[in-house]
Amino acid sequence: MKIHEYQGKEIFARYGVPVPKGVPCFTLDEVEAAAAKLIDETKIPVVVVKAQIHAGGRGKGGGVKLAKGGPKDARDVASKILGMNLVTHQTGPAGQPVRRLYVEQGLAIDREIYLALVVDREARRVAVMASAEGGMDIEEVAAHSPEKIKTIHVDPLFGLTSFQARQLAGFLGLPRHGKATVNEFLKLLSSLYTCFVEEDCSLVEVNPLVITKEGGVVALDAKVNFDDNAEFRHEAAWDALRDVGEEDPVELEAKKAGLSYVSLDGDIGCLVNGAGLAMGTMDIIKAYGGEPANFLDVGGGANKEQVTKAFSMILKSPRVKGIFVNIFGGIMKCDVIAEGVVAATKELGLKVPLVVRLEGTNVELGKKILNESGLAIEAASTMADGAQKIVKAVSR
Amino acid sequence: MSILVNHDTRALVQGITGSAGGFHAKQCLAYGTKIVAGVTPGRGGETFEAVGPKGEKILVPVFDTVADAVKQEGANTSLIFVPPPAAALAIVEAGEAGCALVVCITEGIPVLDMLRVRRWLEAQKKTRLIGPNCPGVITPGQCKLGIMPGHIHQVGRVGVVSKSGTLTYEAVGQLSAMNIGQSSCVGIGGDPVAGVDFIDVLSLFNDDPDTDGVVMIGEIGGAAEIKAAEWIKAHMKKPVAAFIAGAAAPPGKRMGHAGAIISGGKGTAKEKTEALLAAGVAVAKTPAEMASTLAPLLKK
Repeated sequence: MKIHEYQGKEIFARYGVPVPKGVPCFTLDEVEAAAAKLIDETKIPVVVVKAQIHAGGRGKGGGVKLAKGGPKDARDVASKILGMNLVTHQTGPAGQPVRRLYVEQGLAIDREIYLALVVDREARRVAVMASAEGGMDIEEVAAHSPEKIKTIHVDPLFGLTSFQARQLAGFLGLPRHGKATVNEFLKLLSSLYTCFVEEDCSLVEVNPLVITKEGGVVALDAKVNFDDNAEFRHEAAWDALRDVGEEDPVELEAKKAGLSYVSLDGDIGCLVNGAGLAMGTMDIIKAYGGEPANFLDVGGGANKEQVTKAFSMILKSPRVKGIFVNIFGGIMKCDVIAEGVVAATKELGLKVPLVVRLEGTNVELGKKILNESGLAIEAASTMADGAQKIVKAVSR
Repeated sequence: MSILVNHDTRALVQGITGSAGGFHAKQCLAYGTKIVAGVTPGRGGETFEAVGPKGEKILVPVFDTVADAVKQEGANTSLIFVPPPAAALAIVEAGEAGCALVVCITEGIPVLDMLRVRRWLEAQKKTRLIGPNCPGVITPGQCKLGIMPGHIHQVGRVGVVSKSGTLTYEAVGQLSAMNIGQSSCVGIGGDPVAGVDFIDVLSLFNDDPDTDGVVMIGEIGGAAEIKAAEWIKAHMKKPVAAFIAGAAAPPGKRMGHAGAIISGGKGTAKEKTEALLAAGVAVAKTPAEMASTLAPLLKK
């Protein structure tokens, strides 16, 4: 699960990680008031207006701008960002409309540093990555000059140790800013690690972490992702942080029904059990020259209602020109799938070709239900047969 | 003629009184698996009833702790159906009680919990963990320890190792349809941090005198398949056919499994397929060709 920068900073602040003063805003009036308040409190005439969307690369896309001329100027700057369709390398070409802004105090910046905590699946540890090349696209730094990134792995038995933090401070050249700066960095790193663990994060990225002209260490950005599997430990808090406007409405609807769904650009709807088979089904459709409209895993233990819901979602999609149901029932019973498909088509009708491949538990019963439904279903004997049939049906 | 589980496996089921645990314990018992105990804290002293492969009634005693089940029934393996909040410690309980093999079916364990479990496994060095978020392991004709449909399997000499449950069934279905039986089939699960990996299982198949070849099924995300490709190139003496799921998956989107996500341009199906091809692995072009890709490589 992703959250906004300002929400990440609120969490940082709770853990004692220094962040600039800022105010989240939904309207231009709020922006003007926030700018006036920040300028008054900090005596710094500059504020930064930042688009709040769940994607990186906002600066390059024109979603982060300085306002040097006071509250009215902040309003002006904000009017160009609020409501814009922000396109970054992470949003895809469709972009993401900006509905929230964050107005933040200006800072006198000496240096920008990159800092991230992430679950390193290969090392099976939390990894802390740091680079003196802050503000840059870290993937580019990693690709072209990996020696500029230092990674340390945290042993869960000890947590992030002070000697590891000092190694990073040395690598980043912090000692030349003085002892106070080093100590602030050590404290910040320790707080971030505690935050990472206690909040069940899968990623905490601070790009940039800045050293101010006064030698202070401040998190100027906050990208925080949570581990979806840990939701049971944070249900109320995460509900409050969730911005449904940033999520694909269809994927959200699927999630509520306990289904795993990802929208794609093609025209062949897929209903499959199991994540691997669902991916494999997309792959084989593509291999035979078709384009999948979605990834949909109904899971191992779906009931008739969930299957009905899943099939309805595909039927309702305007892009879908054909549907391929591919089931290898293990725990999933074929008759449950068949009942769900029939129930959904009874309600919504079936206007596109439907190819069904059923295999595994209760397969005969499943086929019988489909046959007796009177629906125009093309049966497939294997996965390859089904994929070929649906690709052919859609191209007609 | 197998790896990991066989006729001598004496299994206990943690979470046997739950709906999923109970259902699958019955399926395993009907297949002929020796499930000698169940464990549910607070339900010790109860009895779990099931029916064996010949229609005989089987009574499985339920214990409060894994340690009791190991001591009184001589269990050496645990199959876990405990819900996510308690699953990580259920794994540790099984290992500390002396189970050499722990198979965790549970989906949805927080990754930070699994990091701690891995840390414990690395220090403890006695327990082998399969999963979590996996279908389990089966040695056809001997022991089914998991949620896979037993009837699709045939006794034979091809190993299967996979991150995906349903793609494993697909591969097994294809093999059996060609009359190619299986020595053992191992689902290692789709979580980013888990127990045994491809190399661990490939190494067991490599050393198993009764396995002639292996079907390996990977997916997008992480680098386990690439590391496995390097290992295969250096050590594998038997033919391997592979399939990598997710060539059509967009980057940055989690495809069902917690670990199936392309991040930062890394972990694509293309990258993994190329690494496997370079290691001499036969890679199936579609998931419908997993068995037919391996078949010609098996010695007659």
